[in-house]
Order: sequence, then structure tokens, then C-alpha cells
Amino acid sequence: MAAPKTRAKVDAVIVGLGWSGSLMAEELTRAGLRVVAVERGKWRDTATDVPPSVDMDELRWDRRRGMMQPQAVETVTFRNTPTQKALPVREWNCFQFGWNVGGAGTHWAGMTWRFNPWDFEVGTRVRQRYGTRETTPGLQLQDWGITYDEIEPFYDRFEKIAGTSGTAGMVGGQKRPGGNPFEGNRTAEFPTPALKDSRWMSMFRKTTAEMGYSPFTIPAGNISTAYTNPLGVRMGPCTYCGYCEMFGCGNWSKSSPQACILPALTRRDNFEVISETEVLRVNLAADGKTATGVTMIDAKGNLWEQPADIVVISAYQIDNVRLMLLSGIGTPYDYKSGMGTIGRGYAYQTISGASLFFENERFNPFIGGGALGVQIDDWNADNFDHSGLGFIGGAGIMGFSTGGRPIGMADAVPQGTPRWGSAWKRAYRDNYQNAATIFNQGTSFAHRDVFVDLDPAYKDRHGQALLRVTFDYNENDRRMAKFTMDKAAEIGRKVGAKHIETFNSAAGANTPYDQRSTHTTGGAIIGADPATSALNRFNQSWDVHNVFVMGASSFPNNGGYNPTATVGALALHSAKAIIERYVDERKPLVAA
Amino acid sequence: MKRRTFLAIAPAGAIAAASTAAILTSETPRATDVAFDALPDAGTGGFLNSAEARMVGAAFDRLIPADDLSIGAVEAGCVTFLDRQLAGNWGHATTRYRLGPNEPGTPEQGDQSPFTPRDRYRLGLAAMASRAHTDHGKDFADLPPQTQDRILAAMERGEHGADAKFFFAMLLQNVREGYFADPLYGGNKDMAGWKLVGFPGARYDYRLEIDRPGEDLKLAPISLMDRA
Repeated sequence: MAAPKTRAKVDAVIVGLGWSGSLMAEELTRAGLRVVAVERGKWRDTATDVPPSVDMDELRWDRRRGMMQPQAVETVTFRNTPTQKALPVREWNCFQFGWNVGGAGTHWAGMTWRFNPWDFEVGTRVRQRYGTRETTPGLQLQDWGITYDEIEPFYDRFEKIAGTSGTAGMVGGQKRPGGNPFEGNRTAEFPTPALKDSRWMSMFRKTTAEMGYSPFTIPAGNISTAYTNPLGVRMGPCTYCGYCEMFGCGNWSKSSPQACILPALTRRDNFEVISETEVLRVNLAADGKTATGVTMIDAKGNLWEQPADIVVISAYQIDNVRLMLLSGIGTPYDYKSGMGTIGRGYAYQTISGASLFFENERFNPFIGGGALGVQIDDWNADNFDHSGLGFIGGAGIMGFSTGGRPIGMADAVPQGTPRWGSAWKRAYRDNYQNAATIFNQGTSFAHRDVFVDLDPAYKDRHGQALLRVTFDYNENDRRMAKFTMDKAAEIGRKVGAKHIETFNSAAGANTPYDQRSTHTTGGAIIGADPATSALNRFNQSWDVHNVFVMGASSFPNNGGYNPTATVGALALHSAKAIIERYVDERKPLVAA
Repeated sequence: MKRRTFLAIAPAGAIAAASTAAILTSETPRATDVAFDALPDAGTGGFLNSAEARMVGAAFDRLIPADDLSIGAVEAGCVTFLDRQLAGNWGHATTRYRLGPNEPGTPEQGDQSPFTPRDRYRLGLAAMASRAHTDHGKDFADLPPQTQDRILAAMERGEHGADAKFFFAMLLQNVREGYFADPLYGGNKDMAGWKLVGFPGARYDYRLEIDRPGEDLKLAPISLMDRA
């Protein structure tokens, strides 16, 4: 292959233009830096690429995953335990990489959560409240090195950029009716009001309130009213069409890089996007202490070097870790010795819940939104006393109305019903308007024997090692899932379901084909101690100080929430540190 | 239809040449009309031979039979749907990770075979045909419905082996897709699948309807084809 050609040096190169990359690019270019973003997928906009005349297509976008990066381009290998041989995940699965400018931020559902303050400090808070009484051996509980109160202004900024709809529960130290009473303190109300309730949501809300819980509308990136964000970009109200997760939004109603940031960003002369081009590695200086830029390959197979003073890695969570390992940034994690940090702290989302079947209801499930739902946080985080329970953490318990697409719902019939023939047809017809779900989105904690590293056998299309995922649920998370599953079933009985079927992803061995959640986290985590974290509190590599790594890969543990707002807030926090300190200091922002 | 103007990646100081890739700057004109590859690909078909199509149709009509509720899978166009899918990207498994080695794994690791859906159909239908002749002396399509049901149920339970069980799951998934996907893909004739369950189809605005919780909205379904 020919030697790489070299492009003109820039101040910062950004690897991957999803939410993190777009937020970072917006901040850095506004501060006057010259920025190049490199994106593996194509340029995609919303109204031109997924207008309402093509978006309402379940086969194309959901079943065939028309917006997602194919496994033929890159996948992971998977095993449950370190002694098994990992094999490639060959088909569509829970790792849902974006495949376009905008990244996974184009096809996400839209749930725009802040994590609970406890999630940022599990190490300290668990020790203080429970000692080691409720924790399972092998758990890696540690603080993030940044608290909720420190990250709060950046959550606020992200919500204002995204136009997030919701009802605040705590503003300026004052509780607000209708909001989440367990949320951390907020500087401001949501930018747009909460979405309306579907029939199922109002039933869930009424019943959980009667049970003494505190239901509230889920913060949504499917926004409720017309809105102009601080970048001057205008959005339109959500139409409750029910095509969000896995789909684009051509209606300017779903928060995304395209809908919220790129129209402003791409007008700046100090910014350019190179799409359909994949970064193969970050290049390091001879002493290994700094990066000099990236090497990338375009769609025709030509190699390029993009020199830069700062490298921002903001690809998909798992791909960030892979790029660090392929580039020799930091020391790979070794589960036997516990040494090394790159690949440490991998976690997922622990899902359980209950499928409910009613009689003579009419839910009109096709009226939906990716984030349309009501939740209780009474059994999430450390909002309840775990003494004697044998686990820590919990789950947000939600009743949602994300859409009633008919291929995907075809198995929404009671167990024991034939899956084909006239009996199935009748059951499906009868249950289409009568089926509802209570979904527990649970915490997930890092464990000594769970990690990611480079696979020794399988390669991608460019001959580079795939990432190997070694994951199964730990005992703590299994207990939590069972506990909250029983809570969901109790709500199901109180709300009047005629038939209840519980489900628990953590009851058996994990498989990437269980796609109840796509929220993989960790592998390049932030923290206060370079012995146990890959990045400092500014998402700066402890080892290569001009490399900053964004995304859910930096979560030391996963909260009982969707990751996007926390991903966005961390990116904005990091950008501020780069602009206000790093461009002048050019050194580690936290002493090791 | 106008397309966006893209610049090739240019070395430092060089002048950019016209190309399909892929630099966008503040100078790049931005499209306002629908992108050429945004439109769905309905497919053309031509993979299944007539015997295979007949056999698939017989199986599909047991999985989603004609009855007092709605038309059956064949009348709804599900075989046409499948043939188009098999002839296109899906049939060729263009998105699947296909590099070897192919080794059997745990159930959690999923299908590790080198087969594409085209392979699965060719092999799966041949195995079904062979078994029908061995056990019953007839083509699968000429067997009584009750016998066809017994064969399909045995495949579903895994009694005819792992490959047959996998193939059954694929048949069931594809017939459901054909019956409930937008009619533009060749199935769901007259939106029969959507009418069966009361799904209003490719509508994109329920702002008025969300204020009518629990009501029978009596919305006639619409298809993406109606918009073309």
C-alpha cells in the first residue's frame, strides 16, 4: 500500500462525529481552534435523508437496520467468561454503532436522562452506608472523580442544546410537583415542557401514584414544542409518530447532531468534516507521551495522515477502547493481576420487567415516541435502603409508549399461544391493543472478570484486530434485576392486567442478541486514580496528555438510565477544560 | 435531482479534484431535496425457482393461513416479498460479518455458519422436499394441511435438526415481515396485515389523536406507496 499522504496540520482532529464529536467541535471551533472531524459513515441529514415520506418503514430501518453500521465493516467477538473462546457477533445485535455523520445520535430513541448523584460516587457512598455488607466479591466500585454538582452546569447546557422536554423535580434546592423527587439539584427547568401521556402512561402514572411512588414523565429528546436552541437552530414539535429508536427523524423533532448542532457548526470556516473515512490509529510521538495525529483510510483505500495538536476520540463506546488499544495508548487491563486500565470497567445495562396483557383496552400503541414514557425512580440508584438485600443499585421502572410497529409486536401474545396459524392470528389481533410493558432499566457495575481487549484471531476488513468482549452479569446485578422484576409484577397486578409475564435478561447467561438494551459502557473510564482509570476527570488520557476520549466508554459504572445526556455533559465539561486550560498548559490537567 | 458537491481529500496545499468522497466545509452547497439513496429499494426478485416458490408458498400459507380474519400469506404477496429480499442485499448477507474461521460456539455466541439467507433457503427447502418425499412420497406442497403443520411444528421444535430449526425461524420471520411490512416491498396486499391488527400504517402525525386516549380512532391505514 502506498505511503500515506499528509494533510495540513490542525489544532484538533475529532474521531467520530456523533453527539460527543459534534459538541466538542462546536465548543472548540467557537473558541477559534481549527478542527477536522473524521467520520466513517456517510454525510446524512434529516429532512433530506429520512423525511416522513421514507421514515415510517419498519422493515428498512428496524428489521434491516438501515441506519446502522454493518457487522461486515466491524463487529466484536464475544464470550461470557475469560476461559471461553470468543467468537464474532456476526449478525445485528446490541452493539448499535452509528453509520453516518451524527453517529448513534441519529438513530437513538431520545431518552435524555441525568444520572443520579449517587451514580458518580458509588465507591465512597457504598462504603459509607453499607461497608462491604451488601457487595459481591469482585465488584469494582469507584468514584468518577467528578461529582453530580460539578457536572450539573454541563447537563444544563446539553439539555438546552437538545431542547429536552420534561418536568423538573428539583430546581434551586426546591422540590417541584410532577418531577422526579430523586433527581439531583438543577439550575433550571427543562427547556421545553413534558410530552403528553398516552393511555398506557396515564394508567401507569395513576397506579404508581396510588401505590405511594412518585411517577414523572421521562425527559425526552422527542421535543414537545417548537424550540430555538442557543446555537440558533430551530426544532419542531414531535408528532408522536412512533418511529424513533432505530430511525431518523426528518421532522426536526428528535434531538440529534443534525437537528441541534451541525447546521451551526458546518457554517464555520475553521471546521471541516471528512466522511466515509476511517481512522485506523492514533499516532504517537517517539516518547509515547503525546499524539501527533491520526492515520486514516478513505473509501477508495487511500491512506492519509492528519496531524493535529489535540486528538479527540469520540467514536462509539466500544470503538474508543479499540482505537486506544490499537494505538498503544495506556496499558491494557489484565483481569488476573488487576493491573492496567484500558479495557477495565466494562459494563452494560441490567434489564428486567413485566409484559402485561389486558382485556378490552385500547392502547393505540402506534401513538408513540422513543422517549415517551412515565417512570418511577423509587427503586433506582440508592433511593431506598439496601440493608439485607445483598446488592446495591437499582432500576428506573417505566411504562413506555415507544410505538406499535406490527412486525416487532408479532410475538406480543401470551406465552403458550401458538406462534403461527389461525390461533396466532386471532391472539395477535386481540392483544395488539391490549399489550403493555413495564420495563426496568437497571444499573450495571464493573467486575474484575468483565473486560474488553483485542481479539487474538478475528480481524476487520482492514486486517485490524476486532475488540473482544468478555461479559456476563455479576451476582449483584442478577439480584437487583430479580428484586426490581418483582416490583414490576406488583405494579402490573395493581394496574389491572389480566395476565402478567415477567422477564429478566440477567436470569441466565448474557448474549449480545438480547437487545432489550443497547447501552454498553466503560472500557476507558474516568477516575481519580491512574492505577484504576484510563482517563482523568477531564476525559484526558493519563498516559498521552493530548488525547481526550469521550463517550459512555468513560463511565466507571452504568446508571439505571440511558447514557446520552451524561455522554453530552462529559464532552462539554472536557471541552471547557481544553479551551480554558489545555491549549495553554499542554500537560496533564490532573497530576498523576 | 441535484446532489451535494463533495471534494476529494486533498493533500496540504493541493487543489481538490472532483470525487465522490467526502469533505464538507462551510463552502459546500447543502442539499434541500431528498437524497437519491434515501428512497427505499423495493427489489426485483428472481432467486426462487418455481418449485421452491410453490413450496415456500405452501409453508407460508400454513404459518399465516387464509381464514375468516384475513387473507393468507401467499395472496398477501409474501412469496413475492421473500423473493425480492433474497435477490437483494439481505439475501446476500451483505451486512453480516463473514470472515472466518467459522467455528461452532455457545448458544450465546449465535449463528457462526458461513451461510447467507440464500444458502439457507436453497438448503432448507431441499431438505424439506427430500423429507416430504421420503416420509410421504409427495411434494411438501401436495401434502394435506395437517401433515404440513406437523412437519413445520417438528422443525420448530428442533426434531429435524438444528439447521431445520434455524430455517423454520427464518421462514416465520420472513412471512411476518412480508405480511406486515409496507406494501411497497411486495407483500401486505391492500394493507391486509395492518387491517388485521388495526395498525394505521405509515402515518406520521398523531398530535390530535394523543388527546383521545382509549378511543377507537377508526384510522384507515396508509402506505408509503400512497405518498409516491
